[in-house]
This record gives sequence, C-alpha cells and structure tokens, in this order.
Amino acid sequence: MSINRREFLKIAGASTLFGLTGTAAVEEILKTSADASVLKGADALSAKRWAMTIDVNKIRSKEEYEKIIHACHSIHNVPDIGNQKDEVKWIWEEEYENSFPGVSDEFVPAHIMHKPFLLLCNHCAKPPCVRVCPTKATFKRPDGIVAMDYHRCIGCRFCMAACPFGARSFNWRDPRPFIKEENKEFPTRMKGVVEKCTFCSERLARGQKPACVEASGGALVFGDLEDPNSEVRHVLSTHYTLRRKPELGTGPSVYYVIGGGTEHA
Amino acid sequence: MLEKALTGSKRYWTWITFLLAFIVAGVLAYLHQFDYGLGVTGMSRDVSWGFYISQFTFLVGVAASAVMLVIPYYLHDYKKYGKIVILGEFLAIAAVTMCILFIFVDLGQPMRVMNVILHPTPNSILFWDATVLNGYLFINLIVGWTTLTADRKGTPPPQWVKPFIYLSIPWAVSIHTVTAFLYAGLPGRHFWLTAVMAARFLASAFASGPSLLIILCLIVRKVSKFDPGKEAIQSLGKTVTYAMFANVFLLGLEFFTAFYSQIPGHMHAFQYLYAGIDGYGKLVPLMWTSTILAVFALIMLVNPNTRRKEGMLALACVSVFISLWIDKGFGLVVGGFVPNPFERITEYWPSLPESLVTLGIWSIGFLILTVLYKIAIAVRERTASWPELH
Repeated sequence: MSINRREFLKIAGASTLFGLTGTAAVEEILKTSADASVLKGADALSAKRWAMTIDVNKIRSKEEYEKIIHACHSIHNVPDIGNQKDEVKWIWEEEYENSFPGVSDEFVPAHIMHKPFLLLCNHCAKPPCVRVCPTKATFKRPDGIVAMDYHRCIGCRFCMAACPFGARSFNWRDPRPFIKEENKEFPTRMKGVVEKCTFCSERLARGQKPACVEASGGALVFGDLEDPNSEVRHVLSTHYTLRRKPELGTGPSVYYVIGGGTEHA
Repeated sequence: MLEKALTGSKRYWTWITFLLAFIVAGVLAYLHQFDYGLGVTGMSRDVSWGFYISQFTFLVGVAASAVMLVIPYYLHDYKKYGKIVILGEFLAIAAVTMCILFIFVDLGQPMRVMNVILHPTPNSILFWDATVLNGYLFINLIVGWTTLTADRKGTPPPQWVKPFIYLSIPWAVSIHTVTAFLYAGLPGRHFWLTAVMAARFLASAFASGPSLLIILCLIVRKVSKFDPGKEAIQSLGKTVTYAMFANVFLLGLEFFTAFYSQIPGHMHAFQYLYAGIDGYGKLVPLMWTSTILAVFALIMLVNPNTRRKEGMLALACVSVFISLWIDKGFGLVVGGFVPNPFERITEYWPSLPESLVTLGIWSIGFLILTVLYKIAIAVRERTASWPELH
C-alpha cells in the first residue's frame, strides 16, 4: 500500500490545518510506507525466529541427499559450474568431522563418522556476515532469516571471510550458462555477487515450507524457535542435537539431530 | 608546480615509459577481468581474498609510515628530517592511491562501489576503512602540496596547515588499526582473530615503509643533485631496526600462543604456512624466504658497523621490505583462509591476469611517486643553495 499524491496532500494539508509541524507529517508518511513494506500474503507463514532441525538418521541413501539438494538448487537457479574453484552451492553434503571440526571425536559410531551431513546457511541470531557488510546488502529480517539483496551487493566478499560456516558462494563468473533449467519465478544472479540459502523466504511468503524440508520426507523440520508448541521445539525437546561451532556465539538456527529421540526409547 | 614533471632527462622518460607499459598491460588485464568476472584470478570459494586484498593491506602500512618522519620533525623539531619529510608524505599519497585501486579491482561489482556511500553502514569495518583511507589521502595531499609550495617561495608553511599536520599523526595510526580490524574481528578465522594484529600491523608498517624510504632516498641522491642527508638516512635506519624487532617479537608471540596452547585451530594456519599440511605447502618456500631475510636484515641492522655503511643498510632495507611483503602482502591473507571452515585445504596462487593487474597498480603507484618526487626534487635542487628554511 504505497502512498499516492492525493493521500500525501491530504496528510500535508491536515498537518497545516491542525498546526502540526512538518516533521510530524513526514513521520506520518514514513509510518504508512513502513507498514506497507511488511504487508503479507494471506497464506504467508510467519515466525518470530525460523529454525530447522535435520535428523541425520532419517536420510539414508545417496538418492535422498541428492533429492533434497536438487529440490533447492533447481528452484533457486543455482548453477552447476562443475569445478570446485567457481562452485556455487546453497545446501550440500559434508563429512561429520568436516561439519563439526573441533567437536568431532575420534571414536564415534561408524554410522555417524561416515554419515554425510547436510550443510546450509545457519541463519545465525547474531550473523557476522550482516555485521561486516558495508552496504547492508545482506541483512537480518525480523523473522530471523538472513537475506541477500543481489542488486546492492558490491562483491567485496567480506561476508565470506566473516562467515564461520562457509555458507556463502561468490559468482566468480556469469552463472547463467550453467543453469540447466531456469525457474522463471526466481531471479538468476549475475557475476560478481555473493549468494546463499534464504530459508526459502519466497516460499514462506506463499505459505509453503522450504523446498529442502518438503523434499526430505520428514528428516528436516522447519518452524518457529520461539513458539514452544512448534514442531522444531518438539524435536529439540525430545532429541539430542548439535549445532555447528556454537562456541563462536553466532547462534546458528540449524540443529542436527544425532541420537535417537526419547520417544523411540 | 606540476610542469616540473614534464621536463626531464632521457633516463627519466625511459623510466616513465617503462611504467606506462606495465600500466597498459594491467589495464588490459583488468578489462578482461571486468568482462569475465573475478574467476580470472586464482581466488576460489575457499580462498575468497587473494593478491589484491593482501597488496592493499601491505600498502596501508607503507602509507602509514610517513608518520615516522612527521613525528620527529614536527613534534620533536628534529631538523634533519626537514628536507625529506615531503618524501614521506608523497610516498603516503602514492601508497594510499594504490590501496584504493586494489580494493576497487577486488570488487565483483565495481560499478556499485558508491553503494558504500549511498548506504553508509557504520557497523562494517570496511565502511570505516574507506573513510579513513580517503581522509588520509586528502590530508597528505593538502600537507604535502602546501608545504612544498611554501618551500618553493622560500616562506614557512602557512599556519592553517599545522592542524592538518598534527591530525595526520593519529590518522596514520588509524588507517592501519582499522585495516587490522578488518581481520581481527572475524569469528572462526583463528589466524586473524588476535588482539595483537593491529600492533603487529603498525610494527611491520614502521619497518617496511621507512626501509622503502631509505632505498628511495639513496636513489634520489644518485639520480639528482638533491641529497636527503646522511644523518637523516641513518636515523631512518634506526627506526627500521626498532620496528623490525618489534614486528618479529609480535610474530613470536603469535607462535607461542598457538603452539604452547596446542589448540589445533590456532596452529593450523602456521603449520600450513611454514611446514605445509597433508602435502599442501605452496607458500612454505616463500614464508621461509621471508624468515631468512628477516633474520639477515636484523643482524645487519642491529650491528652499528654494518648499519652505518650505506650499501649494507640498503641491502638490509631491501631484505626487510621483501620479507614483510611476503609476510603481509601474501601469507597473512591467504593463511587466514587455509584451512577452510571445514578444515579442508584449498590452495591459492595468483593467476596471470591477476598478477598483471597487480603489477599495473604498483606501476601506477610508482608513476605517481616518480612525478611527485620529480617535483619535490626540482624544488629542492633550486633551494639547496639557500640557507636553512626552518
């Protein structure tokens, strides 16, 4: 709901009539436009702080991993460039010891040791990438999602140096020739900007859960961390979970379910 | 005064042509990068900063070092620096210009660089770095130009420039402190997450900058009638000695903390840089070259018999400069990215286009330096016969 000329004149006129100051009128206008920017769709999902749990025991085969990764990369036009140097990825597999360096123990059950873990942006409570960005091209939304403005990013890559989770990719070259099948409903990126997982903010706005969650067959659970009755809170209160590098204080919002839950005991 | 740069000997023009050739090559390489993207460099998803940012970091130090002349001359009235303080200020101008260019060529979307000003973000250290660097360039342009103009007229510099001179002192410290903060405040990069980073930056700056200045002074004496003065050069030599010892001491502190604590994350980068990990060790020969040069330079510098011989001093200064260039202009940035956040190793080496762009920017810096020094020397040569001005 943007303000049109007539409304502006009405407010301006009213302020003059009632002897309001000019600043009050400006404040009134700002308030209106600020409200407009958070207008939601009727079905939009909302939360105080979005979070995800990943039950590593529930993803069993290579095909299941690939299905989840493909669900994300295909709808978000993530290019498959085919070399490690230029690689762009939003969600991917990594070994246990590489996912949790410094935490991983030498003697753990074999099924954990060699289990690939799904890694993605942690949407930290105190994101270092947001702190260092010189243009606010990456920012934290009120619902906890760390988002990107690809049109404002200058490509300085300070956020990549700041992210302790290696979650960010840079477009070292034009990614468009490497998109197999373009999804016209999601923007492609250009060379020279940084990108990463967005917790599917575009799907949440339409009332859909993130694509990876939908493709995971229940292994990935998504919900409001601040809502005691949410599904993620249920998982967290009944299972032992790990987060990546919690000692750095960034407050990751992605939790890994390692052991079986109390409900199975 | 600029017209003084337009007349010169054949040797002068040969040097200018030589620099221009490298600048042209650099510009062409940059156009290629501009068209294709930063993928033409050796940088990758894992080592996402490389040569450009490390040159920038090193050169901020060279720029800041002008303060090592400004403090003795303007605060302690050390008259021997009267003739060469302008060389320090002009070196700062050339170095800061290179810094700004190196940041610019590192941007993925250079056309959007104004976003830093359009959307000022005080919580970003990069915002402050851009601010202090441009401020420092501005201050040195004002101070350098004004004092040289006054010199040419044979008058003392105007009073209004004094506050700028005094301001340049804390400002020089600020540019390198803020640059250190780019690194020292990042969680998860153990190699950079150290409180002595800014102190080490300043120490290495006050060694590398003055050692370059000594070399430049010796060149100036050789190619012109202007003599920067034996005593001034010797005093600078002492500055280099103290600063280089401080730098090596601070580096030693890093080693102690990493290896006595035995915390793996703190040791990894040092192991990678100096010994290699799992067979990956592209930087090992370079880091040891840096170490050997540092030790050699310190022996030459601390011994008064060698330091007092200008040839030996020059050799020591070249060693200091190369040693610190490797340490800060290469190892420091790359070491922060290896191993990556998954404790995997991706190595980095600059590509050909990246090296050409880098050489091009260094050539632009030397071109600026040559032109500014040419002007300063022309003024000095004319006033050399005059009695002391200050």
